[in-house]
Amino acid sequence: MNNSSDSTAHSDFTARSDFTARSDFTARSDSTPRSDSTAKVYVPRDSAARSVGADEVADALQLAAARGDFDIEVVRNGSRGMLWLEPLIEVVTPHGRVGYGPVAPSEVEGLLAAGMLDGADHPLRLGVVDELPWLARQTRVTFARVGVTDPLSTQDYLEHGGLAGLRAALELAPEDVVTEVTESGLRGRGGAGFPAGIKWKTVLGCTDELKFVCCNADEGDSGTFADRMVMEGDPFMLIEGMTIAAHAVGASEGYLYIRSEYPDAVATMRAAIGIAREHGWLGKGILGSALDFDLQVRVGAGAYICGEETSMLESLEGKRGMVRAKPPIPAIEGLFGKPTVVNNVLTLATVPIVLADGAKAYQELGVERSRGTQVFQLGGNIAHGGIVETAFGVTLRELVEDYGGGTFSGRPVRTVQVGGPLGAYLPTSMFDLPMDYEAFAAAGAMVGHGGLVVFDDSVDMAAQARFAMEFCAEESCGKCTPCRVGSVRGVEVIDKIVAGEHRDENLALLEDLCDLMTDGSLCAMGGLTPMPVRSALAHFPDDFLGGRRSLEIQPVQATGVRTEGTA
Amino acid sequence: MTTSGSDVTVENVVRRVAAGHRGQRGALLPVLHAVQAELGHVPQEAIPVLADEFNLSRADVHGVVTFYHDFRREPAGRTTVRICRAEACQALGAGSLVGYAREAGLSLGETTADGAVTVEQVFCLGNCALGPTVEVNGRLHGRVGPAQLGAILNGTVSS
Ligand SMILES: Cc1cc2nc3c(=O)[nH]c(=O)nc-3n(C[C@H](O)[C@H](O)[C@H](O)COP(=O)(O)O)c2cc1C
Ligand code: SF4
Ligand code: FES
Repeated sequence: MNNSSDSTAHSDFTARSDFTARSDFTARSDSTPRSDSTAKVYVPRDSAARSVGADEVADALQLAAARGDFDIEVVRNGSRGMLWLEPLIEVVTPHGRVGYGPVAPSEVEGLLAAGMLDGADHPLRLGVVDELPWLARQTRVTFARVGVTDPLSTQDYLEHGGLAGLRAALELAPEDVVTEVTESGLRGRGGAGFPAGIKWKTVLGCTDELKFVCCNADEGDSGTFADRMVMEGDPFMLIEGMTIAAHAVGASEGYLYIRSEYPDAVATMRAAIGIAREHGWLGKGILGSALDFDLQVRVGAGAYICGEETSMLESLEGKRGMVRAKPPIPAIEGLFGKPTVVNNVLTLATVPIVLADGAKAYQELGVERSRGTQVFQLGGNIAHGGIVETAFGVTLRELVEDYGGGTFSGRPVRTVQVGGPLGAYLPTSMFDLPMDYEAFAAAGAMVGHGGLVVFDDSVDMAAQARFAMEFCAEESCGKCTPCRVGSVRGVEVIDKIVAGEHRDENLALLEDLCDLMTDGSLCAMGGLTPMPVRSALAHFPDDFLGGRRSLEIQPVQATGVRTEGTA
Repeated sequence: MTTSGSDVTVENVVRRVAAGHRGQRGALLPVLHAVQAELGHVPQEAIPVLADEFNLSRADVHGVVTFYHDFRREPAGRTTVRICRAEACQALGAGSLVGYAREAGLSLGETTADGAVTVEQVFCLGNCALGPTVEVNGRLHGRVGPAQLGAILNGTVSS
């Protein structure tokens, strides 16, 4: 096991140099000078930020520090989730953390010269980040620390409320922890929305010596990245949530199944687990209690279906990721046949705050039977993409138009696919629908994992429907015929419809096929693929008449760093 | 780590890796990942050795290796470019990136004859707000337009 300590991991991200030549440029700035001479600058290490140059920005800052021109300590934090502003750097000032973004590496010199370290004015200056309306309007519960802290600093974690949930849980008997989670109304965030407390109660009720807690970090849906951001930005929170689950159900071993497409999340979680062990947050007698629990990371191997819980368990056992028939449910016969809690990353990451603040505080947020907050993820063709954590009940319009600021291309929004590749495509006429599991189900859609993928008017919906079938054919585990064969047929039939071959008969055939897949599939892969197909047909029938071609999409900026829009 | 060149037979690598994972429950996937990390792919000769180590039939091991997209039966090119083709990247023109690669003579799933580049498709890299996304030798690039992809494919972007 690689238990490298956090202090060594950190020194890579930190640069200190002697104070020189600071006074004259401090004088140029109108902000209050800092009391100590080292300026603390946060540069995200989140992989989305890195994909648009955050590492190079950090390097440029380190270089300036190494030259002795500036006295800078660079801290690599998670991302605030305002992804269109990445790389978003923050400077600690007496007035708060002042943000600049999106910063290209070549702009670092100019920013330093302009007095960025004192929060001085600059065209890239965003103001105090916590006060930006986009962020201030949100209710950040699960994401409260993400982007604020250094993900691998135990000191940061404790200073920002870490371990309060676990300490509270350890004071309670397991059944009382289960009751607390049940009363909070927390439902599984992985898609199906099953109440977490009820699942835990089943596992607690089993008498087996060996039980497991498995965290589903497969996050295969397009348009979802919140699990990744939690793992990269606040890994101890997930460890804490899994440890609380272990105490609640009597489990001694945990597995974190992370998809291989997320190497940064894998590395951060492994480092965090090592640090947690060193601090007695994992292992024997956790925090001086009688609880023994340890945890390991397992890496998937590029199979969407392994996000389905029973398929994930098969994969953890070293097998092909074939879906198991239920019953038995994993809570009773799960990993290696033992009682197993399977929960999504966000579900488990939310547990510490529920225990720390109490069920009531969490339950008071939300609407109807959708309690608490949901972490919405705005992606696709959107101007202001990122993480919006807010109480359930927010409308699609608020998310896409207010937070999202419309499309990235500047063209009109045509549709939003909600809940991943198996979710419905909704037209703008349905934008007043509140985000609520039941309201969405009643409208023939699903909230799923809370991912929204926006498309502008250049989209060809027949092509999207075809892709849904193609994706199912590609990713089906192959166990049942409606999914394995039906999806291949689905692609063919859509092609015929678009080509105008016996259109009415083929439309009827497609309907039939969708019915068959819905009713006859063993799991939601085959069972829900008709949802995007049917919604595309229902709301955009003209696209299936064969006339439409995807309009030429404007290529986005090749440099990747600059996007228009501010908070 | 291997000590001498002669140790680097497929069998030796597999046995050593498997020994390192003994005691772990259900270790076949971690072992396959480790074998691929060392050898660049999972060669056919590894299958019987894995079957022996895990007390499985060769057909079982073969079934696992072929089920997962990640495990390669052949080595990849020196640079692996993965273009995200999932919905959020589609919405920003991922299709035109695939078209661009194709015009440059690179089909998805294929390696150039000189072994320089392998281009593949992938479904979502978790960078859906900053698409189109391309991964080059494990490194993510967001907001990739055809020009930048061209630069990557020409090897002018180091990775
Ligand atoms: C095809 C398919 C893919 C799924 N992918 C994921 C996934 O990537 N992450 C996830 O947490 N749940 C996924 N699920 C849902 C899981 O099966 C399961 O319901 C969930 O992990 C339970 O955790 P929760 O109750 O905390 O949501 C998927 C389900 C299906 C049918
Ligand atoms: S519906 Fe598809 S993915 Fe699900 S069990 Fe059947 S074949 Fe496998
Ligand atoms: S859809 Fe391309 S990164 Fe998510």
